[in-house]
Amino acid sequence: MTTDTGLTSRTGTGGGHRPAVASAPAPQWPKRFRSVLKHLALIAVALLMLYPVLWMIAGSLRTQDQIFQAPGLWVGDPQPQNYVNGWQALSSPFGHYMLNSATIVVGAIIGNLVSCSMAAYAFARMEFLAKKTLFAIMLMTIMLPIHVVIIPQYILFSQLDWLNTFLPLIVPKMLATDAFFVFLMVQFIRGIPRELDEAARIDGCGHARIFLRIILPLMVPALATTAIFTFIWTWNDFFSQLIYLTDPEMYTVPVALRSFIDATSESSWGSLFAMSVVSLLPIFLAFLFGQRFLIKGIATTGGK
Amino acid sequence: MSALGELKSLKGQRQTATKRDTLAAYLFLLPWFVGLLIITVGPMLASLYLSFTDYNLIQPPEWIGLDNLQRMLGDDRLLNSFKVTFLYVFISVPAQLALALALAVLLDRGMRGLAFYRSIFYLPSLLGSSVAIAVLWRQIFGTSGLVNQVLALVGIEGRGWISDPSTALSTIIILNVWTFGAPMVIFLAGLRQIPRMYYEAASTEGAGKRRQFWSITLPLLTPIIFFNLVLQLIHAFQSFTQAFVVSGGTGGPSDSTMFYTLYLYQRGFQNFDMGYASAMAWVLLIIIGAFTALNFYASKWWVFYDD
Repeated sequence: MTTDTGLTSRTGTGGGHRPAVASAPAPQWPKRFRSVLKHLALIAVALLMLYPVLWMIAGSLRTQDQIFQAPGLWVGDPQPQNYVNGWQALSSPFGHYMLNSATIVVGAIIGNLVSCSMAAYAFARMEFLAKKTLFAIMLMTIMLPIHVVIIPQYILFSQLDWLNTFLPLIVPKMLATDAFFVFLMVQFIRGIPRELDEAARIDGCGHARIFLRIILPLMVPALATTAIFTFIWTWNDFFSQLIYLTDPEMYTVPVALRSFIDATSESSWGSLFAMSVVSLLPIFLAFLFGQRFLIKGIATTGGK
Repeated sequence: MSALGELKSLKGQRQTATKRDTLAAYLFLLPWFVGLLIITVGPMLASLYLSFTDYNLIQPPEWIGLDNLQRMLGDDRLLNSFKVTFLYVFISVPAQLALALALAVLLDRGMRGLAFYRSIFYLPSLLGSSVAIAVLWRQIFGTSGLVNQVLALVGIEGRGWISDPSTALSTIIILNVWTFGAPMVIFLAGLRQIPRMYYEAASTEGAGKRRQFWSITLPLLTPIIFFNLVLQLIHAFQSFTQAFVVSGGTGGPSDSTMFYTLYLYQRGFQNFDMGYASAMAWVLLIIIGAFTALNFYASKWWVFYDD
């Protein structure tokens, strides 16, 4: 909980750790030169990283021939038709799959927020029998590969007649199975001063009220982080959606996109790119508005 | 403190709990308990049982003892999938972490525009596991894809990077390295915890930047490197989407992108060879567990704990 993700102390332009007083009076211009060089290198890396994505966006507005001939980003004659074609390319309009994905995302977010925060409160603030053991088990489930549970889960859900419904993708989230978020929230709650709980307890509040009235409002940043990560991971999730959703009506964005590849057989890359761009748009927006929480989230659970 | 640090420090804590507290706490934990039993532990035990059976989802499971394991030893495609997965894990994870560390050090505090660079480098980590990016990769490394178009500009004749068995896996390794942003952010957070005075002291003693990196940054960052290594290894062993989409679900060409998880998916959910797939899943768990344990064990020698 001690990491600080803001831009803290700045010294000079070069970003050196050397305090001006301590070091010998180094000539100023080589330092500046090095700083410029460093920025140029970083910008080059950034461009290289982003170029494929930018090129895909450009490609989504190009004709088939151009995609295979133009390594640049300039789109001379934009083809918005790609988006129209892509949107209508599968048995349902692409919006239908986005709605399916959105339904699962909303269910997963609500499930994670409620169930994980409850478990986290217990682990962070309550004393109970076998706490140590249970906490260790919870931490270990973070690292459990999904493959050792997916087959019996599949059998279970097929016996419940839940295949080709969104239930197998939502119900587990209501049961705090994303232990990563429990851990993230435990970390956060531990940083909230205990005096606040104590004061409420003296006023006669029980755990339920302390949780709802004090802890929950104070842990909004952790809840936001959980919501955004759940959003992105669920939106991108392919393995379990591929397994549980085989009816084209129930396809989510990743599964639909995958069937699009099979259906087009290399002939309409423009519209395939267009729908890829559309499918990444929600992730990009989540990143844009939530990156503060995302970066804090991985920094605090990753840091010491 | 990271999840791994937590596990370590759990040893030797005492318990003080009353019955009343316990009851209230268990109510808070009720959803988690139910999930643990029905979604995690129950299925784990069931798949352990299934791994000793022949089961096709229609007929009841038939106990065959260790036959699945024996079959695995003679299954060339499976042994090949081990090779592919290990190559992928042990090339892409070190490469990804090295890049993440290099850029984190370059971006360390005091850097102007840090937040901007950090965001740009982090973005691919969010996109990397999507089908859309795998689709893009298929085109970029295709016969007339972006890479070959660029190579043509400088007069080099490319090849079908994805259709060639000797290079197909490399394209997926590159995709994983491309997502170095997440470990980089963790490194950045770790770097910020190293007290500045160490560098100041080293600087007065006349230690240069390079010396400071090897003598201060790297040793003090080893717990974070360890954490990232464990996390990324576990993650990489389970990679699926990219190989699936890039190869069109086949693991081809010539099984060169047949990841272990992809083969498991094919056995279990395409051939409904559920007993065999369960055995594969448990072998995967044991492998991941063994590597994690090995990491913990080896960490005694190279991870430096300040406290």
